[in-house]
Amino acid sequence: MTYKIKVNGMDRTVDVDADTPLLWVLRDVLGMTGTKFGCGMALCGACTVHLDRSPVRSCVTPIENVGTSAIITIEAIGDTPAGKRIQKAWLDREVVQCGYCQSGQVMSASALLVSNPHPSDSEIDDAMSGNICRCGTYVRIREAIKQAAQSGDNE
Amino acid sequence: MLLDRFSANADSPDDPMPESHLSRRSFLSASVAAGGGLLLSVTVPKVIGDAEAAEANTFAPGAFIRIDRSGQVTLIIPQVEMGQGTYTSMAMLIAEELEVELKQVHIEHAPPDDELYGNPLLGFQVTGGSTSVRAFWEPLRRAGATARSMLVSAAAETWQVGEGSCRAESGEVIHLPTHRKLTYGSLADKATTLPMPNNVTLKDPKDFKLIGKPVKRLDAPDKVNGKAEFGIDVKIPGMKIAAVAACPVIGGKLARLDDSKAKAIKGVHQIVRLDDAVAVIADHMWAAKKGLAALDVTWDGGTNAHFSTADLITQLEEAANRPAVIAQQKGDVRKAMVNAARTIEAVYQLPLLAHAAMEPMNCTVHVHSDGCDVWAGTQVATRARATASAVTGLPLEKVWIHNHLLGGGFGRRLDVDGITRAVQIAQQVNFPIKVVWTREEDIQHDIYRPYYYDRLAAGLDAEGMPIAWTHRVVGSSILARWAPPMFVNGLDSDAVEGAAGPYNFPNILVDYVRQEPPPGLTTGWWRGVGMTHNAFMVEGFIDELAAAAKKDPVDYRRVLLDKGSRASAVLDLVAEKAGWSKALPNGMGRGIAMMFGFGTYIAQVAEVAVAKDGEVRVQRVVCAVDCGRTVNPDTIKAQIEGGIMFGTTAALYGEITLKEGRIVQSNFDTYQMLRINEAPTIEVFLIESDAEPGGIGEPGTAAIAPAIVNAIFAATGKRLRKLPVETQQLKAV
Repeated sequence: MTYKIKVNGMDRTVDVDADTPLLWVLRDVLGMTGTKFGCGMALCGACTVHLDRSPVRSCVTPIENVGTSAIITIEAIGDTPAGKRIQKAWLDREVVQCGYCQSGQVMSASALLVSNPHPSDSEIDDAMSGNICRCGTYVRIREAIKQAAQSGDNE
Repeated sequence: MLLDRFSANADSPDDPMPESHLSRRSFLSASVAAGGGLLLSVTVPKVIGDAEAAEANTFAPGAFIRIDRSGQVTLIIPQVEMGQGTYTSMAMLIAEELEVELKQVHIEHAPPDDELYGNPLLGFQVTGGSTSVRAFWEPLRRAGATARSMLVSAAAETWQVGEGSCRAESGEVIHLPTHRKLTYGSLADKATTLPMPNNVTLKDPKDFKLIGKPVKRLDAPDKVNGKAEFGIDVKIPGMKIAAVAACPVIGGKLARLDDSKAKAIKGVHQIVRLDDAVAVIADHMWAAKKGLAALDVTWDGGTNAHFSTADLITQLEEAANRPAVIAQQKGDVRKAMVNAARTIEAVYQLPLLAHAAMEPMNCTVHVHSDGCDVWAGTQVATRARATASAVTGLPLEKVWIHNHLLGGGFGRRLDVDGITRAVQIAQQVNFPIKVVWTREEDIQHDIYRPYYYDRLAAGLDAEGMPIAWTHRVVGSSILARWAPPMFVNGLDSDAVEGAAGPYNFPNILVDYVRQEPPPGLTTGWWRGVGMTHNAFMVEGFIDELAAAAKKDPVDYRRVLLDKGSRASAVLDLVAEKAGWSKALPNGMGRGIAMMFGFGTYIAQVAEVAVAKDGEVRVQRVVCAVDCGRTVNPDTIKAQIEGGIMFGTTAALYGEITLKEGRIVQSNFDTYQMLRINEAPTIEVFLIESDAEPGGIGEPGTAAIAPAIVNAIFAATGKRLRKLPVETQQLKAV
């Protein structure tokens, strides 16, 4: 079955079964490997992308449900104001360690700032608790989100 | 600039194999031919290899530095990056003495070569055991200083001036009286013709420009924009994807397979049968997974078909009564026990653990007419090459390992079973194949941290202070499997490391009984290694002794340490920073634990809240560390923070169990990870020190679990001697 999808502003056509998760379309069909596979069950958040500005777990999002929604992945999140602020804060605070989960962390955090420019600590915890980091960078993720939220005020 | 090379060095898809690994090979063989010893034994820098010949006379003084005519400085990093910041710290060591700025250098993964890139502490090419800075602290600075010295000589000769009037700085040599400058690139040709100095003087630490200062991680920018290339991200032209299922019963075999339905799935190309596994080869992972699900497969569980965790524990209990091998003996424990005012005994246990690195196990292999290419993230590149060679029958020089960033190691990628498996599959196809394990496969076919069953006993004097300490460690031996020459006289030195803690007990007996699980259940390294195990046993038990003596746990430990020692200093600092003597509300408790290992002293205080339903929340952790001289202090803090989260996860949730020969846990719903909403706040305090650098990847993990159970005791009066924490036991009655 052929599907036309819109990834980072570009129209792409893929020929896969209807139940194929967006994750594998991105990674294995389109070769966009910035989005990561972690669990396949929406338990870890490594595969997070944005569909019409909302975060979704691409590992459980069948291609047939994507339709014409605008897909934004880690490769293009830096082109959005919130994504750019989050990436900068991540570097300023030296968040990353192995880095494997960080695509998903950055995507979840960017979506949070769009929907809630000034999240409280518990709102940060709520929005980010679906993203596992095995290296344990949580302390710095909290700090970086706060920094990014503040830096948004100065723009 | 640096960032481009981060993945490019690992042979990016745009840079298809033939040329790039040709040059790698040539470089290697030239280096090996010229080299005699482990490190900077290359006596005459040579023109290196076919590809580099175009650039002519590249200056490559030893294994770690390459400077071409354009002035490009490439540092070849012997240790692999798995989050611990080693790329940055190793580069800092070289750059400090070479007098280049980090922004001027390219970084490359070292190719597999024990002789050139062997870890001086462990004897071969391995990243693990918190050894990188300790092992390479001297050799990498010496490598940088030697190259710098030759470049200065080359400049002095060019100008016909004395070397003493020249100074190296930021990739240039300056003639001080005349302010003339020559770049390293312009000196590369001449430097290759000069003899390598035998003895160079290393900087006085007070002159360090980089070492000891917080430096931004070199690998970070590409890790926030999706560009970083992990093993699982490799793309090779013509590559297909394989999903694999090993026999769900540990050690079992494939009996029968009907693959007709799987073959009918769109995108599925081929089904590969192995003795103990099947793999479905497809255009993409989803088709491969659907193919696996559609297989009608019958497994032969063999002798483990009814094995369970209860059997494992029974075997360990029985083993605890067998004769043991003595690991440490001081004084006369038997006599001291007889004379003790009272004796206390306890059994402490730790479960099997999986690693669950966020990047699931994966490996890409192409077996072709010229040899075998392997793309993976591995902590042991030479072992990866050896297994590919063994499986294919190809000589080592026909196997090329393209190492990548690791999406977490934690000890899992110190084993090459995933590479072995991928090569077995690749042998049956005629295209490059990326083998990706599902999370379930990753958790159910891990190489697990051993189950430990330890017996501890202490004799206390009239004051309640220990005069005798015995600790019998019972568990499988990782060393006997992984490094047989290090398993000497039946003793696994890792299993007993730190088994008497950092304390001055007058009489000590530590011994060890090796008890292996059935074949098929393999045990291996796990973050914090032997210390993680023993710190839990020792620090829990010493807390029991303090409680029996009705003494404060910090005061009790302090008496057992040398006054003014580094151990004593971390204990005092953590108590002060944690506000040890301040009261906490009901239902909360503070626990202390300390450890000396990997050359590092560490003490941690955990503050926990125990709810009425028994749920435990670790709210705050304060940590004092003396790891000697620091290379990148912010990375040290990050490693401690991460280590604490890793250890807290294990303390609260970590447990692998077996039923009917199968691993019960399968994904993050049943093998739970700490999440941000459960993460404690963490405060890390570094003690300034000019002692030799200590390791930092493991200590944070090793000390946290006992601090947590000791805090639970403080909060509830209930002593937990087994992990993970059983909330049922802590329910208010």
